[in-house]
Amino acid sequence: MRMPTPDPDILARRSAVAARLRAVLPEDAVIDASEELVAYECDALSAYRCPPLAVVLPRSTAEVASALRVCWEEGVPVVPRGSGTSLAGGALPTADSVILGVARLNRVLETSLEDRVIRVQTGVTNISVTQAVQSDGFFYAPDPSSQLACAIAGNIAMNSGGAHCLKYGVTTNNLLGVTFVTMQGEVMEIGGAHLDAPGLDLLGVICGSEGQLGVVTEATLRILAAPEGARPILFGFETSAVAGACVADIIRAGVIPVALEFMDGPAIRVCEEFAQAGYPLNAGALLIVEVEGSPAEIDDQLARIRAIAAGHAPLAVREAATPEEAAAIWLGRKSAFGAMGQISDYMCLDGTIPVGALPEVLSRIEALSAQYGLGVANIFHAGDGNMHPLIMFDANKPGDLEKCEAFGADILRLCVEVGGCLTGEHGVGVEKRELMTAQFTADDMTAQMAVKDVFDPKWLLNPGKVFPLATVEGHRMAAE
Amino acid sequence: MSLAEALAPASEAEAAEAVRDGGPFEIVGGGARLALGRPVEAAPLSTLRLDAVTLYEPQALTLVAGAGARLDAIEAMLAAEGQRLPFEPMDPRPLLGSDGPLTLGGVAATNASGPRRIQAGACRDSLIGVRLVDGRGTVLKNGGRVMKNVTGYDLVKLMCGAYGVLGLLTEVAFKLQPIPETSATLVLRGLDEARAIAALSMALGSPFDVTGAAHAAGETLARIEGFEASVAYRAAELRKALAAFGEAEIVMDDPARWAAVRDATPLAGAQGAVWRLSLRPSDGPKAVAALREAGAAQDALYDWGGGLVWLLTPEDGDAGAAAIRAEVSRRGGHATLFRAGQATRRAVAPFHPEPAPVAALSAGLRAKFDPAGKLNPGRMAP
Ligand SMILES: Cc1cc2nc3c(=O)[nH]c(=O)nc-3n(C[C@H](O)[C@H](O)[C@H](O)COP(=O)(O)OP(=O)(O)OC[C@H]3O[C@@H](n4cnc5c(N)ncnc54)[C@H](O)[C@@H]3O)c2cc1C
Repeated sequence: MRMPTPDPDILARRSAVAARLRAVLPEDAVIDASEELVAYECDALSAYRCPPLAVVLPRSTAEVASALRVCWEEGVPVVPRGSGTSLAGGALPTADSVILGVARLNRVLETSLEDRVIRVQTGVTNISVTQAVQSDGFFYAPDPSSQLACAIAGNIAMNSGGAHCLKYGVTTNNLLGVTFVTMQGEVMEIGGAHLDAPGLDLLGVICGSEGQLGVVTEATLRILAAPEGARPILFGFETSAVAGACVADIIRAGVIPVALEFMDGPAIRVCEEFAQAGYPLNAGALLIVEVEGSPAEIDDQLARIRAIAAGHAPLAVREAATPEEAAAIWLGRKSAFGAMGQISDYMCLDGTIPVGALPEVLSRIEALSAQYGLGVANIFHAGDGNMHPLIMFDANKPGDLEKCEAFGADILRLCVEVGGCLTGEHGVGVEKRELMTAQFTADDMTAQMAVKDVFDPKWLLNPGKVFPLATVEGHRMAAE
Repeated sequence: MSLAEALAPASEAEAAEAVRDGGPFEIVGGGARLALGRPVEAAPLSTLRLDAVTLYEPQALTLVAGAGARLDAIEAMLAAEGQRLPFEPMDPRPLLGSDGPLTLGGVAATNASGPRRIQAGACRDSLIGVRLVDGRGTVLKNGGRVMKNVTGYDLVKLMCGAYGVLGLLTEVAFKLQPIPETSATLVLRGLDEARAIAALSMALGSPFDVTGAAHAAGETLARIEGFEASVAYRAAELRKALAAFGEAEIVMDDPARWAAVRDATPLAGAQGAVWRLSLRPSDGPKAVAALREAGAAQDALYDWGGGLVWLLTPEDGDAGAAAIRAEVSRRGGHATLFRAGQATRRAVAPFHPEPAPVAALSAGLRAKFDPAGKLNPGRMAP
């Protein structure tokens, strides 16, 4: 994959740039020894790697601003980084860029149960936000599977989702305010502990902008009172189409579960082999439905869902009677990526489709799978249409990665064709950059790039991401 | 020019052509919200003919419709399938004394969100896609019809609540929710404002999934919605949890009470200016108390558990702007002058002034999307 050509002039100034950064930051906050830079050469899309020019690890907003000001003056690109778990190459450096990592901005600043908000520095992990309030009966709703590792910084930049977003929304719906530092080193507060914007909704566009508009150093997040309890039920169905019809009926009946997860036959088999969760191996598709409330409320909702599912001749029904059984039902789903990793190299896609298009999309993916000769297993957040096809390939086999990428691109174009989109929660990054033209017209992209022009007029923040390279080059040329 | 003579494009392409070749325009849906923001002096451009329902998929909880689609017709169509817009859009007509139909475009352009905002999110959280014409007359789209979408920058949020200054919305897509079987409202009486907000904080901090939390006209209200048995259970539990605040009455299915909260109707008949304060919830009563002391507050209604305050002030001088803004800014919130005469809305910035660096970004965005100032010029900022 092509990345913007590193500026030889910047490469030649490496030690001068590092010296200027050292002049404004504590000694241990600047890394430029090549053996240490390797740790920052990629994120979770590890097929692509490039060590950066230098890394800075500031401990305060003021230090972030100082570092950015130096880079702005030096004309050096900056790649913000949280925990490096992006699956889209969002934190992939270029050789002439400085990585600005927020890992040391790791404090909880304020918790207010009364106002149901928490203020954190953005280097804290996602899970630590819930941990900070759970003894008081609260939680932070967005729960990406990577929540043990990923940082709030990355969650905001990617507008990450989680298993419970059907009921609680994704990051943008739970984010109230940020401290934001522009590439010029200007610090501003956007939003706060209140629920709406005074003017244009800048917070709305900052969230999900993949680190291209500014660096987020602090965040005010909504915390919610935890429900009394939750319980999953598992159904096995003959085919994916039947499972899809059951999902539609559940939603039509006015029951909105907190989670509604779908796995197809190949995914069931891979996960069962790994987790021995007792999944029905004879089923063509499986649904995990989770509901919340008091024990009686849970019983009532699960009874409704069972009744609906009964109309679709389930091959298996398993309701968790104990927390252990609940954990077993979730175990397979939660270990899906790990399970897949045990048997094969794989690429995880993230397109969204209108939920009604599921049967058509799955059968076309099957056809593509045969055409490319690569296996695929499908995991799907069925309530909201977010699909995670996992394509299996052999990284050691020449040409297989390219074949896998072509297959993936075909699936994502298919998602767009049926009315969906390229990415539901992982972001565009470098991975889907060149596919943007499948979803957006040149004008649509120009409008988005105009936002970038306003926030980052020299386009120094996180280069080579989100927009097709040639589109950016054309846009920048036209501006000059 | 009267609204009846307004240019009313029948398609997105016609709208684009109108903007490309003409303007400046004041964008008009049904006209019910024209008295929001600074007065705009420009020829009206009506969205009323862009009123088609493009797509309604109940099983996917998705609606796509033209910006000129009438809210009442849409709500009736959704209700027939047992569904609704989640965010309970406000009807500003009682307060503003305006008339004309409400349109989906007007709702989206003003991010109009009612009591359920605290639980189901604001309009901006349910809006999943837009099509629009920018100030150059270029047709743009962002978002789409699916609930989960992080492809490219989120211009949907940027357009929601932009009062048309970044683009003329032509089509909007919303995610929907099922209408619950029933609802119950707990009513506490006789609490002072600080105690009332403390009671609402306790309710919102309970596991009982409160979907409305307001204090108005001496009543403190907490709403619970869902299946019948579940609502009965949670209402009873919440009542126990709130016992320290008095014995709550439980009222079943009372949409009129919540419509009054949503539309701030208790202030509708009163003389004076109406401000909309957005604050950290526990700051609501504190700010109001300080403003009462300074003589800048006559009456106050609280929604969003205290985080939204509708404040009635005398409309002389700056209508209380300096005092209100100082008080609210000090607390990190903001204040919008929601109802006032044209002269006041010209003299006093209706939208809360932003700090210089933020204002520069907002101005930069307006200049990019509408370089010639063709769309609602001056509505948000001069
Ligand atoms: C096993 C696994 C499971 C996953 N499951 C999910 C899931 O369920 N749902 C989901 O949505 N995602 C999931 N992800 C993807 C990933 O975890 C998320 O995108 C996450 O939000 C990235 O956070 P991070 O801190 O690791 O960010 P990074 O990878 O470090 O960076 C991500 C992006 O954020 C930008 N960024 C980082 N910090 C800042 C900052 N301070 N200011 C501005 N921009 C910044 C970066 O430039 C980059 O573009 C998963 C990943 C893995 C490896």
